[in-house]
Amino acid sequence: MVRELMQVVLARKPKMCSFLEWRDLKVVYKRYASLYFCCAIEGPDNELLTLELIHRYVELLDKYFGSVCELDIIFNFEKAYFILDEFLMGGEIQDTSKKSVLKAIEQADLLQEEDESPRSVLEEMGLA
Amino acid sequence: MRGLAVFISDIRNCKSKEAEIKRINKELANIRSKFKGDKALDGYSKKKYVCKLLFIFLLGHDIDFGHMEAVNLLSSNRYTEKQIGYLFISVLVNSNSELIRLINNAIKNDLASRNPIFMGLALHCIANVGSREMAEAFAGEIPKILVAGDTMDSVKQSAALCLLRLYRTSPDLVPMGDWTSRVVHLLNDQHLGVVTAATSLITTLAQKNPEEFKTSVSLAVSRLSRIVTSASTDLQDYTYYFVPAPWLSVKLLRLLQCYPPPDPAVRGRLTECLETILNKAQEPPKSKKVQHSNAKNAVLFEAISLIIHHDSEPNLLVRACNQLGQFLQHRETNLRYLALESMCTLASSEFSHEAVKTHIETVINALKTERDVSVRQRAVDLLYAMCDRSNAQQIVAEMLNYLETADYSIREEIVLKVAILAEKYAVDYTWDDVQGYAAKTVFEALQAPACHENLVKVGGYILGEFGNLIAGDPRSSPLIQFNLLHSKFHLCSVPTRALLLSTYIKFVNLFPEIKTTIQDVLRSDSQLKNADVELQQRAVEYLRLSTIASTDILATVLEEMPPFPERESSILAKLKKKKGPSTVTDLEEIKKERSSDMNGSAEPTPVNASNVSTPSPSADLLGLGAVPLTNSAPAPSSSGSLLVDVFSDSSSVAAPLAPGSEDNFASSSDLASSEVVSEEPADAVHDADELIHKFICKNNGVLFENQLLQIGLKSEFRQNLGRMFIFYGNKTSTQFLNFTPTTKPVDPIVDGGAQVQQVVNIECISDFMDAPILNIQFRYGGTLQNLSVKLPITLNKFFQPTEMSSQDFFQRWKQLSSPKQEVQNIFKAKHPMDTEITKAKIIGFGSALLEEVDPNPANFVGAGIIHTKTIQIGCLLRLEPNLQAQMYRLTLRTSKEAVSQRLCELLSEQF
Repeated sequence: MVRELMQVVLARKPKMCSFLEWRDLKVVYKRYASLYFCCAIEGPDNELLTLELIHRYVELLDKYFGSVCELDIIFNFEKAYFILDEFLMGGEIQDTSKKSVLKAIEQADLLQEEDESPRSVLEEMGLA
Repeated sequence: MRGLAVFISDIRNCKSKEAEIKRINKELANIRSKFKGDKALDGYSKKKYVCKLLFIFLLGHDIDFGHMEAVNLLSSNRYTEKQIGYLFISVLVNSNSELIRLINNAIKNDLASRNPIFMGLALHCIANVGSREMAEAFAGEIPKILVAGDTMDSVKQSAALCLLRLYRTSPDLVPMGDWTSRVVHLLNDQHLGVVTAATSLITTLAQKNPEEFKTSVSLAVSRLSRIVTSASTDLQDYTYYFVPAPWLSVKLLRLLQCYPPPDPAVRGRLTECLETILNKAQEPPKSKKVQHSNAKNAVLFEAISLIIHHDSEPNLLVRACNQLGQFLQHRETNLRYLALESMCTLASSEFSHEAVKTHIETVINALKTERDVSVRQRAVDLLYAMCDRSNAQQIVAEMLNYLETADYSIREEIVLKVAILAEKYAVDYTWDDVQGYAAKTVFEALQAPACHENLVKVGGYILGEFGNLIAGDPRSSPLIQFNLLHSKFHLCSVPTRALLLSTYIKFVNLFPEIKTTIQDVLRSDSQLKNADVELQQRAVEYLRLSTIASTDILATVLEEMPPFPERESSILAKLKKKKGPSTVTDLEEIKKERSSDMNGSAEPTPVNASNVSTPSPSADLLGLGAVPLTNSAPAPSSSGSLLVDVFSDSSSVAAPLAPGSEDNFASSSDLASSEVVSEEPADAVHDADELIHKFICKNNGVLFENQLLQIGLKSEFRQNLGRMFIFYGNKTSTQFLNFTPTTKPVDPIVDGGAQVQQVVNIECISDFMDAPILNIQFRYGGTLQNLSVKLPITLNKFFQPTEMSSQDFFQRWKQLSSPKQEVQNIFKAKHPMDTEITKAKIIGFGSALLEEVDPNPANFVGAGIIHTKTIQIGCLLRLEPNLQAQMYRLTLRTSKEAVSQRLCELLSEQF
């Protein structure tokens, strides 16, 4: 499914519109540098706002990683997931406020540091 | 996690796919041995390995272990370990995994932990997996968390969306209750994030339970009003590029689309909001950023959707149309696309149809100049939607023009649309012209040295029927026509040859001058002694017919074929299949209007599925096939219920069955006035359904019997007509006085032991659910007796069996594959499962029983056509018995959902 969609989206040219009908869904996509973000939505959903939903997510990634790039997402894929989870849930937007989402993530990171601080660097090397 | 980062860079450094796979396999072996090893792993290592597995999975490789370790992580007290465990499960555990019970247990603990972060993780996992088992375990618990006074805002948000997800997968498991009114009040919450999540939940719930959530309308309007009038800084972080809370605004507008226009007070406020949104579109942008205009226009488009949904404020509709008109010329492709799409729905409103039409030039231009096929497709849709008698010629011409250069992906659809529009709005042709034109065209096409066999078939048929219309031209004289067709004969398959032989005998009638030539052909050995029985028989019979029959007889036998009966346009059906029902609904409605105009009568149209399936979300409020809320027939009062004569009630759609004796069965006035109707207040009729079920597969029998009276029936049905003999037998030795059945008057005195007979004519106008009711009144020994029984007139009575081959059956079966066309029922056998009885029942039901069609000989398949006055509905059915389980699975596929539904109900009762 992902592969099929990839081909459809990549074949499109820059000036084309960002929505396309695909099976019985609508695909909304946006390109950031070499990365494409795609959302599949249903008929009555709002296309333009889905586009902005993608943008907001990219903003969140950007804010969290500090000018995000592809590598950030690859090496910290689990973080990208956590941010997405704070932002969207079961396909619906959970909170549109950038601050609340980031606050939730920061809080979680704080917990993570508490968890990991006692671990020595050496120990980590040994396990790796 | 350093190990993970090292692994990821290793993978990235791989030069080839093979190297990558090698590295991954090495890692998988390593992880497997660690998991299997004797040394117990600590939480950190487990987390790291689970995370690596997840990464490998995301690269596109299958992962078949590690699930247990992930589940173990769930019960860790360390946040990051728990978090990775949940992530792995959300991404990798499919909903019917055996681990679900263990996972559910961990989730239960986290939900009870009162630690908001753990609760959040647990809720996310439920929402991401969303399985039925999870719904069973938590659907009762989550509403409590959602409305509890001490729940933190972030948990409330998660709980609302989690519940929404469970409701989507298993609506039956989410109990409505006290919590619903408290959820509605979340629309007033201080925290906009909570309001956003709650609005999503309420919108979905309200679609199925409008009554339960109707108080949300006024709350949503006031919330919306506060947002649209707020200054862009008021909402702080909920303002997105100078647009106040666009997501929430859109969601509130969506919620309002679940309901009809509100009461006048609220409505005034809402209209103000909508006007404000339309006004803002005209203001200069507050930012040049695309995010600003997207968010602003997203709200605007949603507002327009609401305006179209309400379809009640002409002023707003026209303003919406003008606004969209501006977008049609906007430089943003996205906006042009959406404007075309939105205008398409606007075209079906009577208030804005004319306004939409003014943009025709722009839309035609879009068809010619847009560079993106998706946009051009929308332009075609809009042209189709705005087409009416006044512009049909222009639009069809433009579509045909465009067709030549159109993309292959949308050509078929354009052809269908052109065909429908042409069929619908053609005004000035006469049949002779068309027939002559067809004959001429097909004659010319047949000149090609190689033509498709289908062309030969079409040509054979058309020339056989109308070849005389072009025979005057020496270039297409009778002999030339014949020689042309016969030159293709030897290249064709048997069915086509058979058709051509029929054409030849028609030629004998049309063109006596070439009779001998044709007889020679028929007489030749290759025909008369053909190995194929069908061809041989035709040749023999046709030859004989041409020799012995007089010109008069020949002319009668070979008369022009009668026009094909009116039925649902096959083109329309095909388009409907392509696009789902909503695209063509408006067209059907127009068609209906037209046909009632032409008849000049205001006959009530029985409610059927296509009336109800308007594209608006509110259509879901009415269960399809259910009695509409607007039914104005007064329900019979309980005390005198049996006295209520539904047949003569003027507000009921039932028309009285006409008086008349059996010999005027065919008279049209009689037929026109007797109707089978779809809605009847059935409350008054006791145990009638059981009686009706007895008659589904048979036409004769005793309908009713008590100590006084016996009612017997004999009936016969053909296509959409039927005739029913009703016998009223007086079982007593005393006279019945004032004996009046509501069908039509009979002799008011029925002597003791005597029988009165009456005939009722029946016509099926449209598909229907409920059977008509027969009320009978009479006086017996001084007391007035009342009776109501349903007449066993069910939709399947209008079935005509259709035989077809296995190949045809499955081809049609596939064509009817949209979810709305299929209805399935799985049920326990009520009677012994006997093959012969089952067969008899299927035949009694009215469909053909098709042998050797289903690959599984134990299954039964049937096919037939339901005839109504206006349309014919093809029906396919398949019954799969399961002897072990004593169950049946019955599947009905027809082109009409309500028909599939009804037939499935009726037939399921029989086994």
